[in-house]
Amino acid sequence: MAFFDKIKNLFNNNDKVSSEESSQKQKKLEKSLEKTKTSLFNKITKTVVGKSKIDDNDLDDIEEILITSDIGVETSLKIIDRLEKRVEKDKYINSDELTDILKKEIEELLVVSKDITLEVDSVENVPYVIMVVGVNGVGKTTTIGKLAHKFKKAGLKVVLGAADTFRAAAVDQLVIWSERVGVDIVKQAMGSDPASVAFDTIQSAMSKNADVVIIDTAGRLHNKINLMNELSKIKNVMNKVVTNAPHDVLLVLDASTGQNAIEQAKQFSSVTQVNSLALTKLDGTAKGGVVIGISDQLQIPVRYIGVGEGMEDLQMFNKEDFVNTLFNN
Amino acid sequence: MFENLSEKLDKAFKVLKGQGSISEINVAQTMKEIRKALISADVDYKTAKEFTATVKEKALGQEVLTTLKPGELLTKIMKDELAELMGSSSSELNLNSKPAIILVAGLQGSGKTTFCGKLAYFLKNHNKKSPLLVACDVYRPAAIDQISVLAEQVSAEVYKEIENKDPISISSNAVKYAKKNNHDVVIIDTAGRLAVDEAMMTEITNIKSSINPDEILFVVDSMTGQDAVNTAKAFNHRLDFNGVVLTKLDGDTRGGAALTIRSVVDKPIKFIGTSEKMEGLDIFHPDRMASRILGMGDVISLVERAQQQFDEQEARKIQKKIAKNTFGFDDFLKQIQQIKKMGNIKDLAGMIPGVGKAIKDVDIDDDAFKGIESIIYSMTPYERSNPNVLNGSRKKRIASGSGTNVQEINQLIKQFSQMGKMMKMMQGGGASKMMEMMKGNNLPRF
Repeated sequence: MAFFDKIKNLFNNNDKVSSEESSQKQKKLEKSLEKTKTSLFNKITKTVVGKSKIDDNDLDDIEEILITSDIGVETSLKIIDRLEKRVEKDKYINSDELTDILKKEIEELLVVSKDITLEVDSVENVPYVIMVVGVNGVGKTTTIGKLAHKFKKAGLKVVLGAADTFRAAAVDQLVIWSERVGVDIVKQAMGSDPASVAFDTIQSAMSKNADVVIIDTAGRLHNKINLMNELSKIKNVMNKVVTNAPHDVLLVLDASTGQNAIEQAKQFSSVTQVNSLALTKLDGTAKGGVVIGISDQLQIPVRYIGVGEGMEDLQMFNKEDFVNTLFNN
Repeated sequence: MFENLSEKLDKAFKVLKGQGSISEINVAQTMKEIRKALISADVDYKTAKEFTATVKEKALGQEVLTTLKPGELLTKIMKDELAELMGSSSSELNLNSKPAIILVAGLQGSGKTTFCGKLAYFLKNHNKKSPLLVACDVYRPAAIDQISVLAEQVSAEVYKEIENKDPISISSNAVKYAKKNNHDVVIIDTAGRLAVDEAMMTEITNIKSSINPDEILFVVDSMTGQDAVNTAKAFNHRLDFNGVVLTKLDGDTRGGAALTIRSVVDKPIKFIGTSEKMEGLDIFHPDRMASRILGMGDVISLVERAQQQFDEQEARKIQKKIAKNTFGFDDFLKQIQQIKKMGNIKDLAGMIPGVGKAIKDVDIDDDAFKGIESIIYSMTPYERSNPNVLNGSRKKRIASGSGTNVQEINQLIKQFSQMGKMMKMMQGGGASKMMEMMKGNNLPRF
């Protein structure tokens, strides 16, 4: 099977899984977003029921709901602005209508995540290279483990690159994941040059005829200029082995992160041209509303969401589902 | 670390500038801006609201002193209020028991294991303790390896049971082991867990009841958003922890958690993590943090850190050398290393009032001295102690050895001799003189 088709199948699979599996996934997503849903929906219902129009107090309440979901001041004000305009037009509004507008508003702010197959199209006879970046502790290594599992399940040959040579035992952690999933890994000693690990990994993947390479990188705070420059160096080295590599720079964000996530997305994008996001730890009480602001301001799509610590706990992000899960009831 | 918030508050205060008195109207606009700034910094929505209401009340009640502009008065009120909100005094660890048991808990990725390593280092160096690190994260791949590596880095012993998957028995065995082996502090690292994970929360409650810790520390990522409050509340409800550790504060613009957590769970923030290095742990000082938020700088922290790292003996030696005119590049190198030990240059500079904002977008990093160091390392020992012998051919050799050019070597020599003169001028000084130098921006720059 051609590589292109394999990748295509992989992602089509996501849409065409058996209805049972799909409903299970939906349930898990719903469960993980339940907190958001109940708080957002119930508060809004409470806010608007029995009123003929949205007065200032209600708008304040909506502002509170949006802000406490980490949607952020700017994006919340934008949403509220639209609502106010609507109220000017339609003096009467009920809670259902209001929820619908909010839903549409939020959906409109979310950028559609491009199917990875479209980007893979240009990649022939070389592995598709994914570089995973993010601040410390967001779950990069775990996400890579889950991704590798996902690719392997789709019949792709995966090679992991342990380019986090800084954090204590980071390499060991990825090695354990590679064993768990059953994929190859390329590593060097702790403290070695991460760019050289990335280089070796892609070369090794080419000689093995691998389909996908996933490069782990050390967590770094986005305001550390040196570390950020190191990241662009790692990225540039990849380009020397495979033209246009990395094909995907995946920024991992912790769903519990507040407005700083926007700054993270900005800074990582400026050094590595991030083209998609993975939002992790959505199975906690964190609401992940900050991705709405990121999508709106930076036009970076969310591709994956992490909803648990198991291998299977990675899902494709779907904005309709995401927003529907926030509001349906 | 709070540059952005300070900036926003500065902007908010501008509204007040040039107005002679604090009135209901001019305060209202400012308060709105302050509230927005606080919320954008991830301060809990309700906390921000309450806080601004309190400040407004106090501001309106106060007479405007003739010497203070309304904006300055408001800044003072805010500073006092912020400090109070974050806890009015710093809170130390209870280490009286032998051994003192410290249980560390938090969400995944908050930085528990790194903190454990730092705490061991801190207690060894500041309290002359002999800590035992205990690896109780039996779930995350390589978590035990990670704490073992950190233990080695800080030269502390680690207690682990590779085959044992029960953190409750590991922790109680560790306490027994510590008693037998004369460890006076036991630091227990646990797995990251979500507050909604009932099984994991029960587990940590069981660890608590089996070892009866003297301190339970809740580790929080300082970048956490509105959820910080929920999580802190949930952990506090289950564990009734003694204090909070705020990690990754060397990131930018975050402070929301610091402002909120104390007020919401009524527990002090005891430590802050300020780098990935093992030395990157500071005691939390609410008053200093409040000054910082308001852009007043943190001079006390800066001086304290300088004093801590400044080797008095070394300083005296250098002074002698300066007096005798025998100050060479080797001594210069030692000085650079002293400065580097004090931490990130940008962090240090940020503590100086007024500087934080000015250098926000300037590239100063840990490697600022790398160029200088490599030049000095490329010199022979003779050249280092006799800078005067550096002629054209020597310079050329040094340039090629250090990957620089002769121009850069000349620049360094020039700055070096200027520095020598300067140091001679301020003979008899210690750490404070070094601070002056840094303030004067006389550091050689590449």
